[in-house]
Amino acid sequence: MNNLNFLYIAIMGLAIYLVRMLPLVLLRREIKNVYLRSFLSYVPYVTLAAMTFPAIITATGNIISGIVGLVCAAIIAYVDGNLFKVSVGACLAVFVTEFIMGLL
Amino acid sequence: MNRKKRTTYFLKGMRDGLPIGMGYMAVAFTMGIACRNAGMTVYQSGFMAFLLHASAGEFAAISLIVAQAGILEMIFTQFVINLRYILMSCSLSQRLDAKMPFFHRFLLAFALTDEIFGISMSMPGKLEPFYNYGALTVAVPGWVAGNVLGLLLGNILPVQVVNALGIALYGMFLAVIIPAAKKNRVILGLIIVTMLASSLFAVLPGIRELSSGIRIIILTVLIAGAAAFLYPIKEESEVSHE
Repeated sequence: MNNLNFLYIAIMGLAIYLVRMLPLVLLRREIKNVYLRSFLSYVPYVTLAAMTFPAIITATGNIISGIVGLVCAAIIAYVDGNLFKVSVGACLAVFVTEFIMGLL
Repeated sequence: MNRKKRTTYFLKGMRDGLPIGMGYMAVAFTMGIACRNAGMTVYQSGFMAFLLHASAGEFAAISLIVAQAGILEMIFTQFVINLRYILMSCSLSQRLDAKMPFFHRFLLAFALTDEIFGISMSMPGKLEPFYNYGALTVAVPGWVAGNVLGLLLGNILPVQVVNALGIALYGMFLAVIIPAAKKNRVILGLIIVTMLASSLFAVLPGIRELSSGIRIIILTVLIAGAAAFLYPIKEESEVSHE
């Protein structure tokens, strides 16, 4: 079974690549329809919001550190918006929260 | 595009890709542990990370291999789990410069992950492929390293560190959507509605059983669809750089 794994992985890799590639290659022209255009420009925000919440509160060791991380990330994103600062700030907030909780 | 501009975008992509790579490493670390439990070798795990670089896709791949599923089932499952990329890929296609050489589309497709999509859509104007490539060259090694280290080292990292890194990718999503919501009220409303609906979907019986990928697609089609109908964007400019 072990060597076949490479084959299985390659096949699944191809499947996922096709999903990623086909629209980019097939949609060569600019979409003129205003509703379709609007839909596609709203897609990122809805998709990212749906992926973030509620998953973010269960992404860490416990719900409390998840919520603290969420609030800190939201504040930093609102004030600054720099990707790196938001990410690192959220991680630090989670780490410190869980550290404090461990002491209690 | 001249060489200097390319380099600038590539480097900017690498810089913005750094937190992505960090987050990937944390997520992939748990994936590596799963690979070891599934009896995969370190090469298989690294190869899978490089080729798939998608968390839900990889988790599914591991369980399909463990279950010794058929090839058609593997293809079908990957297709369904990753359908959201179709929406992202469509959305991305509308941000490309018509004069951009065609081969970039094949490379951009390989560089299409949730996070790289997120950061590239937060850039104003037409998409610069080299920005995405820069992010990819930092992000994918993070993914591969996480897989390999997770498989080899297992539980050597303190659990608090893994827990803390677990939030990195979500932080990045917030860094993309919150500044946009600050500038545009429709987007702010969309985000609030989406998060409420997504919470509802996570608890409603009958819907919560669906995979998270499917739930995201349903939410996106419904909410972005309704928003396009209620708040069509008439002017030429995109929402992201109003």
